[in-house]
Amino acid sequence: MALHFEKRKSASTAALFIVPLASFLASLALTSLLLLAFEVNPAATFAAMFKGAFGSWRAFTETLVKAIPLMLTSLGVALAFKLRFWNIGAEGQLVMAGVAASWVALFWSGWVPGALLLPLAILVGCAAGALWASVPALLKTSLAVDETLVTLMLNYVAILFADSLYYGPWRDPKGYGFPGTAPFPKEAWLPRISGRAHVGLYFALALALVLWFLLNRTRWGFELKIIGSSPRAARYEGIAVERNVVLAVLLSGALCGLAGACEVTAISHRLQQGLAIGYGFTAIIVAWMSQLNPLAIAPVSILMAAILVGGDQVQMKMGLPSAMGQVMQGMILFPMLAGSLFTEFRIRRSAPRAGGPAPGREGAA
Amino acid sequence: MSDPQAGAGTRLVEMRGIRKSFPGVQASDDVCLSLDSGEVLALLGENGAGKSTLMNILAGLYHPDAGQILVRGRAARISSPRDAAALGIGMVHQNFMLVDSMSVAENVVLGMKGLPFVPDLRKVKAGIRELSERYNLRVDPEAYVWQLSVGEQQRVEILKLLYRRAEILILDEPTAVLTPQESAELNAVVRRMRSEGKAAIFITHKMEEVMTFSDRVMVLRRGKLVAERRTADTDPRELARLMVGREVLFCVDKRPFSPGDCVLELEGVRAEDERGLPALDGLDLRLRSGEILGIAGVAGNGQRELAEVITGLRPATAGRIRLKGRDVTNGSPLSLIRSGVGHVPQDRSSVGAVGDLSVAANLAMKGYRSRPVSVGPVLRPSRILELAKRLIAAFGIATPSPQTRVKFLSGGNVQKTILAREIGACTSLLVAVYPSRGLDVGATEAVRKELVAQRDAGRAVLLVSEDLEELAQVADTIAVLFEGRVMGTFPACEADPETLGLLMSGAKKEA
Repeated sequence: MALHFEKRKSASTAALFIVPLASFLASLALTSLLLLAFEVNPAATFAAMFKGAFGSWRAFTETLVKAIPLMLTSLGVALAFKLRFWNIGAEGQLVMAGVAASWVALFWSGWVPGALLLPLAILVGCAAGALWASVPALLKTSLAVDETLVTLMLNYVAILFADSLYYGPWRDPKGYGFPGTAPFPKEAWLPRISGRAHVGLYFALALALVLWFLLNRTRWGFELKIIGSSPRAARYEGIAVERNVVLAVLLSGALCGLAGACEVTAISHRLQQGLAIGYGFTAIIVAWMSQLNPLAIAPVSILMAAILVGGDQVQMKMGLPSAMGQVMQGMILFPMLAGSLFTEFRIRRSAPRAGGPAPGREGAA
Repeated sequence: MSDPQAGAGTRLVEMRGIRKSFPGVQASDDVCLSLDSGEVLALLGENGAGKSTLMNILAGLYHPDAGQILVRGRAARISSPRDAAALGIGMVHQNFMLVDSMSVAENVVLGMKGLPFVPDLRKVKAGIRELSERYNLRVDPEAYVWQLSVGEQQRVEILKLLYRRAEILILDEPTAVLTPQESAELNAVVRRMRSEGKAAIFITHKMEEVMTFSDRVMVLRRGKLVAERRTADTDPRELARLMVGREVLFCVDKRPFSPGDCVLELEGVRAEDERGLPALDGLDLRLRSGEILGIAGVAGNGQRELAEVITGLRPATAGRIRLKGRDVTNGSPLSLIRSGVGHVPQDRSSVGAVGDLSVAANLAMKGYRSRPVSVGPVLRPSRILELAKRLIAAFGIATPSPQTRVKFLSGGNVQKTILAREIGACTSLLVAVYPSRGLDVGATEAVRKELVAQRDAGRAVLLVSEDLEELAQVADTIAVLFEGRVMGTFPACEADPETLGLLMSGAKKEA
């Protein structure tokens, strides 16, 4: 009996749920093998990770703290990916937004009413993210420059630019040499809900709904879908391909920028080292795991954040390298990519030859 | 190996009873062909006559379903281009097989058998220079392929074959990409090869080329060999008749032709193709409401560009296009859609339809901008589904459900989907490019009926087709396109195959 791959006529709904779950389980199995190689008990390790991420209210809020920027950047990345615009510059867009929001928070307080400082910091942050994303978008639509390279490289430009600010002109003179700016005035602090979890969570959840509606229920979303599937067809349908790509990528950059603005105004309350810790890259995994569906991004982000937070716990409790959390993320991606095969295809066993027992049966008997 | 000094008459190749079918098409149907040394043979026929298939079999790219090939009197199994090369057979394809980022010399030896691990490129370059001189094929062996013009690239392809000591050259539509001067030079090269006892086969649909290049001509039609003549014993008139076939032309009954006002008018329109070569060369056209204007011609003479210029997808570099008296030259695709121009494009799978989206989404792709499918910026999925169900029923689109992705439909149903959408969006002019190409009899019939229905509803229809039977049945007026110009326009009922064939091969201006 042979196994065949057969293309599914329409994507199976069950597969959409089962495949990510099965991929996740497969990645647990793969990680177990690795943990066994380190001579630690996988079950105990996973239990410790789970406890570290969800074991207490405080732990859960810390998981949310990491989930918020992941949700926002993943929404941004997913939007760009829908158009096959490979924005792997979410990290840089996040950092530039952090820088811009910090600029507003630190230097505008003198001449802007206090109540406007926070909204302005966040808006200017989003604008900076969009501006940073506009560079690869315009280069691609006007000169056909590959966006993958440009977005990737601009990450490093942004990170080094931020470094140069808090090591240089923006460094807090009272900071005892710590690489960071002075703390923001209180008016520029984004309110927290519980622990360090902040209202950015509401932004992220609301924007997931908005983005879903935009993509699935509006004319613009329909145009983006056509562009993403076939730019030539879109042009033939009278859709302004270039303009819409630029618009969507600006929005993508703004979403990533919101993540950065929230990080500085809600968590660190200053621009400091540790803003760029890879959310923008993890967002790529989240976006794919969510199959670019905005509604799936929230739970998947929480799962990913749990792995990150739990990974830190494992380091302390089991004496494992903290990189284990990142290793697990990588281990998830591989089964995910393999798993996407099963949403598109199904396995069919070919029927035994008609009019006789299946070959090989007699020999076995 | 045969003696290169042998004069004409040595039988080099013999193909016997070659058959080859593709799904739905008998591309070669019991074809026999022979080629002697020192001879130039022309294969003449319309698109889809089976010329390229036959030559791809000889060059080892296709395997025949049946038949025998003898090379120099011995039965040959040619199962790859490498086998063909070993027998001295080489082919220059219509789309050149060169690596842009490599030099001429590197391309010439690329994939050659028995080459040392590090080839001595100096020796190769010297060899190329010698061949260049002998055949007057001017190419710099050091140049990179991307630096070369199309004509130069063709010379590299020919050099590649000569360097491998090919004695039987197959050239697929070689002059399609050449200027007249370059064509003359190519002719000189071929003559020189012939004088050395080599042989060549030309695939062509241009009469002039047959008359100047070849010693003998074979005419293919729908996979069959219909005639063979010595070039000296025939004339373009006879060849045109043989190529087109007399039996295909007749008029069918449809509502009497009563054209209305002028809908579309083109005046001296020029446009370029992707390579920047002129594709439309001062084209004039007039189309009235209630009229189907058929554009006849061999593919690649500006048909695609004509449709794209009218629908705003390709800029016109000169001339005027008027739609119902309004100047729409270089209007945006959207503005033309809004003026009620429907377009069934040549490339149905990647332009006309989006395979990854559902049938319903594809059907909504023109109507989504307005009520009832959308209200303001918001789509109404229930109305999209309603519209889809209505069109699926009205046009008999065979699909498991409106949600099925279009890539799983058959070609005929994809075409019906496009047609359903475009007809819905079309209020003044429908441009249909090869609408029945590759469809089965039933789907073809449905498409043609729909075109006639549009005409009877008072719209203007521009039908580009390579199927003369279709044009004769459906069109009211036929215009023949050759090298981006209209060679002649006449009522469909008065069209005779000889004139059409001559105009299509550029042999004659309208009398």
